[in-house]
Amino acid sequence: MSVALSSTGRQGGSTKRLMRRRIASVVMVSLTCVAAAIAVVPLIAILGYLLRKGAASLSLSFFTHMPAPVGEPGGGMANAIIGTLVLIGIAATVGLPVGIGAGLYLAEQRGSRLANLVRYLADVLNGLPSIVMGIFAWEFLVRPFGHFSALAGGAAIGAMMIPLVTRTTEEMVCTVPQSLREAALALGYPRWRTSLQIVLRTALGGIVTGVLVAVARVAGETAPLLFTAFGNQFWSLKLTQPIAALPLQIYVYANSAYDDWHAQAWAGATVLIGLVLVISVIARLVTRARFGGGHD
Amino acid sequence: MTPLPVPTTGPSQEPRSFRHPGPPTGSADASSGTVRRAPVIQGTVIADRVYRLTLVFFALCIPALLLLIFVVVGSAGWPALHHFGFSFLTSSAWDPVNGLFGAAPAIVGTVLTSVIALVVATPLALGGAIFLSEFSPSWLRQPLSFLVDLLAAVPSVVYGVWGMFFFLPLLRTSVMPFLRDTLHLGATPFFSGPIYGPSVLAAGLILAIMVLPYIAAVSREVLVAVPRSQREAALALGATRWETIAGAVIPYARTGIIGGVILGLGRALGETMAVTMLIGNRHELSASLLAPGYTMASLIANEFTEATTDLHKATLMAVGFVLFVMTLVVNAIARLLVRRVSEVRV
Repeated sequence: MSVALSSTGRQGGSTKRLMRRRIASVVMVSLTCVAAAIAVVPLIAILGYLLRKGAASLSLSFFTHMPAPVGEPGGGMANAIIGTLVLIGIAATVGLPVGIGAGLYLAEQRGSRLANLVRYLADVLNGLPSIVMGIFAWEFLVRPFGHFSALAGGAAIGAMMIPLVTRTTEEMVCTVPQSLREAALALGYPRWRTSLQIVLRTALGGIVTGVLVAVARVAGETAPLLFTAFGNQFWSLKLTQPIAALPLQIYVYANSAYDDWHAQAWAGATVLIGLVLVISVIARLVTRARFGGGHD
Repeated sequence: MTPLPVPTTGPSQEPRSFRHPGPPTGSADASSGTVRRAPVIQGTVIADRVYRLTLVFFALCIPALLLLIFVVVGSAGWPALHHFGFSFLTSSAWDPVNGLFGAAPAIVGTVLTSVIALVVATPLALGGAIFLSEFSPSWLRQPLSFLVDLLAAVPSVVYGVWGMFFFLPLLRTSVMPFLRDTLHLGATPFFSGPIYGPSVLAAGLILAIMVLPYIAAVSREVLVAVPRSQREAALALGATRWETIAGAVIPYARTGIIGGVILGLGRALGETMAVTMLIGNRHELSASLLAPGYTMASLIANEFTEATTDLHKATLMAVGFVLFVMTLVVNAIARLLVRRVSEVRV
């Protein structure tokens, strides 16, 4: 690169003009560096602030105790943590079969018209505002039954998982070498067994990672749960009843007027971001181990 | 090579068409060999067919889900749209007691916050993406893109909590007075009036922080996809580093970058929790960005459970429907642009 630049200087004639161009280049390049630095500042600010605030209010009892009444310090969000796990379970039941099935279809039928359409719509569905999913689930799963329920909340966030899981599954299945498929088919394996036992199994590590990322994404979703799972101050595992969820509890507590509750909201936010962080790191490590990180 | 379990009765010697065009020809071919093996082939063909249909079914779930959302939310909001007609979009009335509703403040608020977000985030995201794809030393590239990805994965409600307790006080005590008084922007209608804290500006800025990683991630991907030869040609012609990027790389990636920005717009339009916590939630059209406002998403989030009359509920559904259609259009355009670029790469 420097060779190219100096050769310009030799034949360029007007050194003044070259100087100006070089200065402009240096200025713009440093501006992009500054932009990158500024872009990272919020994350560091969020992480730093959360860790400071969260560490102060996070304790073992946060995970094991029920919410304390107003004015009583301490207490925890045991019910909300369990509630979020239950919701994730329902969401996975709803979202995984559809997501993985659709992803397999997209990968196996790459290039067909239907596959292109479905891929496109999956991307569009991925951009669906979560609040719209919330009112849809309310109209479709809450109103007909007359009460909020964990099932409706889980289904709502499960539907949000579908496009995420579909696209990762497709990507991971596409990395499986064609020769593996051909080998299985040449041995007389039926196509369905090739797909499920050879291709899917080979891609499983990547798909699991993608699923984890999708889980982390929907675990923090609040808007779809506002009118479906609704939240619950008490211990409840009934799927047909309102259920507590960590993001909902954080929202309610942050909006309250009590310092104790604010502290609890911080602790909850720390737990949520910790979950996202851990899953992202695992996903990063797994993909790097599988694909050598460097390329693409 | 890993040993593959061979099906014992499998017709492994049978010449088989690699891809079944359909059972009639496939099975006719195969059964012409030996009669004894025909049922096995038949079973395989049927099993393959069932499997394929199952996958098609799952794949069709995605268009079906989109259609279902469209129909369900649209029909739930229809009474309000029908009742108020076009004035639903232009009126700023909001009187649940007398049943008067207009979505104008929420629509304006949504557009305004999203525009603020894009104006602030796009240059930063683009600069960051250029840095990552062109200049970043390789040891910094991985951690930086990881940080950007992480920023995209932080839940909305966490941004909200951070915004309420850290960002908002910061804005109220320093940034807003600085804009209004020190820079004398208070003379314009856009920064006039009292400083509350929760405001359209605050919501727009938190949105900027939230959409930045999306735009940056898409732009980076598109920039990385630009062929090396493009850069090398420009450098060989004597272009400086910046001229290479501005003249050879960015034009090549332009469509994809625009797609990424529109994708960010889609996110910003529909973002709910953080905005609800920072915008102040007030039905009012105000020119000042320092005044509280509403977005469509925060309006629904805030009032849906409290809406008691059927018309109020239907109105919020209609607001949701308008939001859905808006984001649908925005996302459809963005995906078309981004897709076209990534297809070039393949």
